[in-house]
Amino acid sequence: MATEGHAPTASEYVIHHLTHLNNTGHAQENIVDWSVINIDSMFYSIVIGALTVFLLWKAASKATSGVPGRFQGIVELLVEMVADQAKGIVHSAESRKFVAPLALTVFVWIFLMNAMDLLPVDLLPRIWEGVYAAGGGDPAHAYMRVVATADLSATLGMSTGVLLLCLYYNIKIKGVGGWVHELFTAPFGNHPLLYPINFAMQIIEFVAKTVSHGMRLFGNMYAGELIFILIALLGSTATVFGFFGHVIAGSIWAIFHILIITLQAFIFMMLTLVYVGQAHESH
Amino acid sequence: MNLNATLIAQLVVFFILAWFTMKFVWPPIVKALDERANKIADGLAAADKAKADLALAEKKVVEELRKARESAGDVRASAEKQASHLIDDARAEAARIIAAAREAAEAEAGAATQRAKEALRDQVAHLAVAGAEKILRREINAEVHAELLSNLKQELH
Repeated sequence: MATEGHAPTASEYVIHHLTHLNNTGHAQENIVDWSVINIDSMFYSIVIGALTVFLLWKAASKATSGVPGRFQGIVELLVEMVADQAKGIVHSAESRKFVAPLALTVFVWIFLMNAMDLLPVDLLPRIWEGVYAAGGGDPAHAYMRVVATADLSATLGMSTGVLLLCLYYNIKIKGVGGWVHELFTAPFGNHPLLYPINFAMQIIEFVAKTVSHGMRLFGNMYAGELIFILIALLGSTATVFGFFGHVIAGSIWAIFHILIITLQAFIFMMLTLVYVGQAHESH
Repeated sequence: MNLNATLIAQLVVFFILAWFTMKFVWPPIVKALDERANKIADGLAAADKAKADLALAEKKVVEELRKARESAGDVRASAEKQASHLIDDARAEAARIIAAAREAAEAEAGAATQRAKEALRDQVAHLAVAGAEKILRREINAEVHAELLSNLKQELH
């Protein structure tokens, strides 16, 4: 940041924090550009995803039917919770074999990605700036966002995954003919005049589910991140008010955010199960 | 707030992680949980069975105690009976022995009396004769007066 001898202004600071590190080296200009990929989101989601499955695998590899340790206990608690929810929502034991583990992964993965929000907002970006500058780059262009779930592409990527699962199970459970029949006859009924309306409603439903699914998580985490950035700005005023404001507001928001990150991870998992469960039900 | 290829990459990562969990995480944990559930169910069943066994054993103990008490009573009754029998026998034997002893004693006493009487009779006869001798100042011919003496003896009976 602090290049050319001047500290960034508040808006420069915020924009810097909200710009992804991508393969172009500068902020993405178009709203949709499939040639761009966010390196920071991919890095953190893959590292945290690997950590997630590593932790779960570690618990699973040592799983014993005897007295469980604390670590095994917490993983078992999660598994039981997800298995119970899956059993209540997805009424197909065959589908649950994949959907329940998926829901568990999604919950833990998203929870950990969200939890990156609780790290000091400047910690990792500042380290990255140092590394980038040491490599001869301009730290003003050393962008880094550590919360992968505050990236709309990432959350919509996951919700699109859920959409694909829904389409897969629709075809698997109802057959291609059955599903096409449902697309044109539900929700209003089997009448040639109603076919276009029914089909339009079905398409809107799928799009709305997927977009709201991804947008909900993204919106919550993006807003949370933004508030952390604003609180950090308050502290940067280096006054007594700024200092105490930063400490108090930062503490309150971080504590409240523990609830949000857990809740959003849980909601994403539950909606995944609900949408897949709906794909199993015939109208 | 832009869309880009991150979406596709994240989608792929999403399925890879889910696949990994399905393959390597979920089955062992669920297996352990099911096994533990079975173990607990077995343990509870065993506890129930043990409880039932205990109740049965207690019942048996009570029954055995009752039987033992009963047989002890029988033993005591028969022992008492036997004891009283023995006492009765002993008493009868004692009575018999006493009776025999008394009889023997009586017989002895009778014989002794008889002997004493005989002796006394002889002595009395002698005394009478001696007395009569002194009174008559003469010798009495015992053979002459044998009849008289014999009569006297008879009278002293």
